[in-house]
Amino acid sequence: MEFFFQILINGLSLGFLYALAALGFVMIFKSSSVLNFAHGELMAIGAFLFLVLSAWAKLPIWLAFFLALAGSFSLGFIIERFFLRPLIGEALIEVIMLTVGLAIMFKGLMLFVFGGDIHSYPEFLPQALTLHWGAVEVPGVNVATFIVGLVFLGLFGFFFKYSSQGIYMRSVADNQPAAMALGVHVRRVFAMSWAIAALVCAMSGIVIGIINGINVHEVSAIGLKVFPVVILGGLDSIGGAILGGLIIGLLETFTGGYISTGLREVVPYIVLIIILMIKPYGLFGLVEIERV
Amino acid sequence: MRKLQFHPCGNFNETYERELTIFETDFGRLSMLIGIFLLFAVIPFITNEYILYIINIIGIYAIAAIGLNLLIGYTGQISLGHGAFFGVGAYAAAILATKASCPFLIAVPAAGLITALVGMIFGLPSARLKHLYLCIATLAGQFIIEYVLVQWESLTEGAEGISIPTATIFGIDLGNDRVFFYVIFICFAIMAWMAVNLIRTRYGRAFIAIRDNDQAAEGMGIPVFPYKLLSFAISSFYAGFAGALFAYYMISITPEPFNLWLSIEYIAMIIIGGLGSIPGSVFGTIFIVTLSEILSHITEYLMNISPSMGGAITIAPLREFVFGLAIILFIIFEPKGLAEVWRIVRSSFRLWPFSY
Repeated sequence: MEFFFQILINGLSLGFLYALAALGFVMIFKSSSVLNFAHGELMAIGAFLFLVLSAWAKLPIWLAFFLALAGSFSLGFIIERFFLRPLIGEALIEVIMLTVGLAIMFKGLMLFVFGGDIHSYPEFLPQALTLHWGAVEVPGVNVATFIVGLVFLGLFGFFFKYSSQGIYMRSVADNQPAAMALGVHVRRVFAMSWAIAALVCAMSGIVIGIINGINVHEVSAIGLKVFPVVILGGLDSIGGAILGGLIIGLLETFTGGYISTGLREVVPYIVLIIILMIKPYGLFGLVEIERV
Repeated sequence: MRKLQFHPCGNFNETYERELTIFETDFGRLSMLIGIFLLFAVIPFITNEYILYIINIIGIYAIAAIGLNLLIGYTGQISLGHGAFFGVGAYAAAILATKASCPFLIAVPAAGLITALVGMIFGLPSARLKHLYLCIATLAGQFIIEYVLVQWESLTEGAEGISIPTATIFGIDLGNDRVFFYVIFICFAIMAWMAVNLIRTRYGRAFIAIRDNDQAAEGMGIPVFPYKLLSFAISSFYAGFAGALFAYYMISITPEPFNLWLSIEYIAMIIIGGLGSIPGSVFGTIFIVTLSEILSHITEYLMNISPSMGGAITIAPLREFVFGLAIILFIIFEPKGLAEVWRIVRSSFRLWPFSY
């Protein structure tokens, strides 16, 4: 039973990571319908930025955290301005390959600067966060992650619901020509959504770095795991991304714990195919009805 | 004897047959013949072993790239699993050659057919999905095939890989690169010829109709789903055929090369070459294979001049960086690819020196 609970906790914390990673993905997709293959690399960039600022430049943790988020925010702007904007209205495959090219480029750059080793942050979390629950132990990092994640989810919820930028973004996602006709600056919204998504990526990258240490290959592999998560939850649903992340995380750890470790890595993709076959728009995705 | 045909100053096609011709002018046919002559009679004898190896690899990859272009460029179904299909072909040939001791001439087409079957299975989601959903489904297919190749140890020997005995055709030993060059490029010529003509048949035109607007295609009476499956099957057949040649050429294979990176390289080839263009696929293959060879030479060279700086780890990733950059620059500045560049160059010479 202890084993079961330990797996359950591991699964939930992994799932929470996936959920956080999927959040930025859904945000880009919702406002600009771009399938971002450079997601894992954006997370890694945020994490490395935090590493450089906190461990190498020895800034205070909170300052390093905010500077890393601000850096990723501007990186998101730059990516949209220079790479995605020329492609507005182009074929899907070209946009997809552009993000793939970005992913390869960023990955090469990060491997060049930081190498393929695992880097870890200095210890800064207070010990009091570790929870004991009978024999089951929840590490402090996971608790901290959970708190940070909840805070950010709340913030984004409010941002989309009440701020004018958030309302613009939702209107563009809903109906682009109508939003344009009502005077929404659509290009600015695209830029904004990439910037915010890069910020969210950086945050999830930092969280992953705190829990597992940062390694370029591992973080970019998590970027690919985002696909099963968002398909399961529905490509354009934030709530779905969170639930999907938890389900996929639990599924992975339980498969790894009870069936076989080799199967663990592909089980999300098997689920992905099944979901696509029976319910292509996921649990909470918007169903586009199109009959031929 | 009929009159020779040259370029008219405009588009004066009066019949559909005229529109569908492969060679617009007799000059084009002549240059094709010269090209074939150079390829088969000159190139194998003037190149050294290394260049010949690169050319052979280009030939094998070009067959698979043509297959992928039939799927993505002509039918509009994005597949991220082409590298895995290539691997399925390689493994099918290897298993047929070792466990069933099939001769080369049977094993290679059989591997193509097996891969076509696998491709049809992974094309099934296209019944309900299109665009990016299909793209993600094929991504899942890539990972599942990779997993099967590694884990089905009784058949694929797992990560250890399979060694294949040297092939023979009609008693000729194919262990030699120069002999294998002819095998590859005869296959390549046949496959390219088939692809070019496939596009002119009703099947090819149905593919194009599905790419341009699948609802309109259905409205005109094209059964969309069977044609999509057919396209998946044909494209996987090309991939499997090329994979089988690859397995015989490499002599031993492991699951490692058939990963997502290979699939991405294939898509990069056809995007850089030009979507919806058979010559484009070949140009793109030449570009990508040459680029990655040159980049690995440069990294090797830089590593040799600066071994003291620990260059071995730090310089190698620059190769990926340049590769990604090349893809991005092509997509932004020449989205129609090298085929379009080639067309522009040609048409500026067409009426030279009296061009308008």
